[in-house]
Amino acid sequence: MKKIISAVGSRKGAEWRLRLYVAGQTPKSLAALSNLRKICKVHLRGRYRIEVVDLLRQPELSRGDQILAIPTLVRRLPVPVRKIIGDLSNTDRVLVGLNLRPAC
Amino acid sequence: MQKKRRRARPGASKAGPRTGGLPKCPTGIQGFDEITGGGLPLGRPTLVCGGAGCGKTLFAAEFLIRGAVLFGEPGVFMSFEETAEELKANVASLGFDLAGLVRRGRILLEHVHIERSEIHETGEYDLEGLFVRLNLAIDAIGAKRVVLDTLEALFAGLPNEAILRAELRRLFRWLKVKGVTAVITAERGREQLTRHGLEEYVSDCVVLLDHRVNDQIATRHLRVVKYRGALHGTNEFPFLIGDKGISVLPITSLGLTHRVSNDRVSTGIPRLDAMLSGKGFFRGSSILLTGTPGTGKTITAACFAQAAARRGERVLFFSFEESPNQIIRNMRSIGLRLEPLIRRNLLRFHSARPTVYGLEMHLATMFRQIAEFQPHIVIMDPITSLMAAGTDSETKGMVTRLIDYLKGSQVTSLFTSLTHGGHALQQSEIAMSSLMDSWLLLQDFEGNGERNRVLYVIKARGMAHSNQVREFLISSKGIDLVDAYIGPSGVLTGSARAAQTAQETAATLANHQEASRRKRELDRKRSALERQIGGLRSEYEDSAEELRQIDRQVGTRVRLLSSERTELGRLRHADVSEATRVLGRNGANGLKV
Repeated sequence: MKKIISAVGSRKGAEWRLRLYVAGQTPKSLAALSNLRKICKVHLRGRYRIEVVDLLRQPELSRGDQILAIPTLVRRLPVPVRKIIGDLSNTDRVLVGLNLRPAC
Repeated sequence: MQKKRRRARPGASKAGPRTGGLPKCPTGIQGFDEITGGGLPLGRPTLVCGGAGCGKTLFAAEFLIRGAVLFGEPGVFMSFEETAEELKANVASLGFDLAGLVRRGRILLEHVHIERSEIHETGEYDLEGLFVRLNLAIDAIGAKRVVLDTLEALFAGLPNEAILRAELRRLFRWLKVKGVTAVITAERGREQLTRHGLEEYVSDCVVLLDHRVNDQIATRHLRVVKYRGALHGTNEFPFLIGDKGISVLPITSLGLTHRVSNDRVSTGIPRLDAMLSGKGFFRGSSILLTGTPGTGKTITAACFAQAAARRGERVLFFSFEESPNQIIRNMRSIGLRLEPLIRRNLLRFHSARPTVYGLEMHLATMFRQIAEFQPHIVIMDPITSLMAAGTDSETKGMVTRLIDYLKGSQVTSLFTSLTHGGHALQQSEIAMSSLMDSWLLLQDFEGNGERNRVLYVIKARGMAHSNQVREFLISSKGIDLVDAYIGPSGVLTGSARAAQTAQETAATLANHQEASRRKRELDRKRSALERQIGGLRSEYEDSAEELRQIDRQVGTRVRLLSSERTELGRLRHADVSEATRVLGRNGANGLKV
């Protein structure tokens, strides 16, 4: 499988680079990916790029971003790096986590 | 994912000894395998818990390193707190070449960094990422041992405790299936063994480490709280972190099975040897020498040391109160020259203040010195000083271990013990004396304005020792033991003994004079009597002679008479026979005198 399974809105020099770590096609992983896509479409239209990493296929990648929980979304750009764990079902928390909305 | 995981391999490790069913995985940690009967449960997770700074990480690290070095089992160290570099540096100070093992692929260090502030939680998740990493690391070097240090960092880093608990349960099960022997460390909790109750999940073996301060001296303790399916020592064992890693010091492990010797070693004091059925102590026995201050304990010990060193045996002298130079100087004053023996490397001193470190450290230092010098005789002066470094029971435990160790290696040991006033026998070393094979007591006797030392042999196992008290004299020529005077007024020593002896000598002399005077008198009397006897005898001889002369005269006269009468008869023609018969009877009477 390719390292990048989804590169929605992938123009060069995208401001937002997101990487989603999953382990196989589990319900949680699938839910996380679809939730992420929805959020990005609404809030980051055209400014983002999503990589999905399956650790069952590329376990060595788990070290780089210090992945423990699955699924984990890593905001690689803009810095600082942020991690959001879980299936991203709580949109508000995801937005806070990505720093798209100030925590209230 | 399952297909990537290898099946559990119970007992696959060749290092695991099978003792009574449950296969064990030796840790290689000194003493620990003895108290657990072989090590940790093979292929199962073990929880090591304890407070801050009690050596959890080191225990785990040593388990891995020894496994890799001694048993050829590669290991994974997954650290949630320290980075790989920190770990390498930390254990390097204990003499472990972790960096080298990592380079050779025997150990894999995996640092898991969790930063709560970087993590936001939205919805359901699991810890598959951790599993993936661990699995990758295990498979990368074919690890048989795994350390997770410390899992509780997860509780700090991840907010959802319910998920975490479920995942940890799964992790431990997964480790078992994976067949690795795992050590999981955890912080000690207030009410329970661990802060987050990890002991609920790790049910096979739980080891508790503890760091207690008693009278300003810290001692580490280790206890196997639980070991499913195996017998184990349940006591608390002191352990220490020395420059060669952890050593647990089990009291019970050595047992009472050491060889015994019939060899005897001289005490260095001939009269004391005589008190010990003429030959001194048994080789490999333990000797206790108790006494109040200033009774000559160190001197006796030094005599023993000198005698042994002169025979060419090596003597190791642990001094807890005096410096070696001070002992050497002091012994010179009684004619014991120790420097030549030190120069010939037959005598070695090791001085250390008892309070300089804890008991277990003392013990470790002693063990190391003993192992290095291989002495025939070990002297501890005084063992009671070590009481300052720990409680009575700890000291006793330590002495027990020391004695066991020394007996096991056939080393004769002499411990001096200071008693404080009162009745020396009732002091705390009663507890210690039962461990000892021989017990000498040095005591002060006060009286006549002076103090005198006396020595008793209280016990000497396996020999007919003297029950007598001896006065213990220290002069510039060394030690001498003399018989104390025992009389109606009790035991006399010192000048009182001297006075008594003088008095007795005078009395004996007077007796002698009286006897010879009477002898002379009797002699005189006898010679007088002899003289009298001589007089009487000559008188008797005289009278006998006189008698004989009379007889002769009578005989002559009778003969003359009878011849006259015969002549007369012949002249008168009388009958001869009658006159001859009468005279014959008279003649016979006269001759008989």
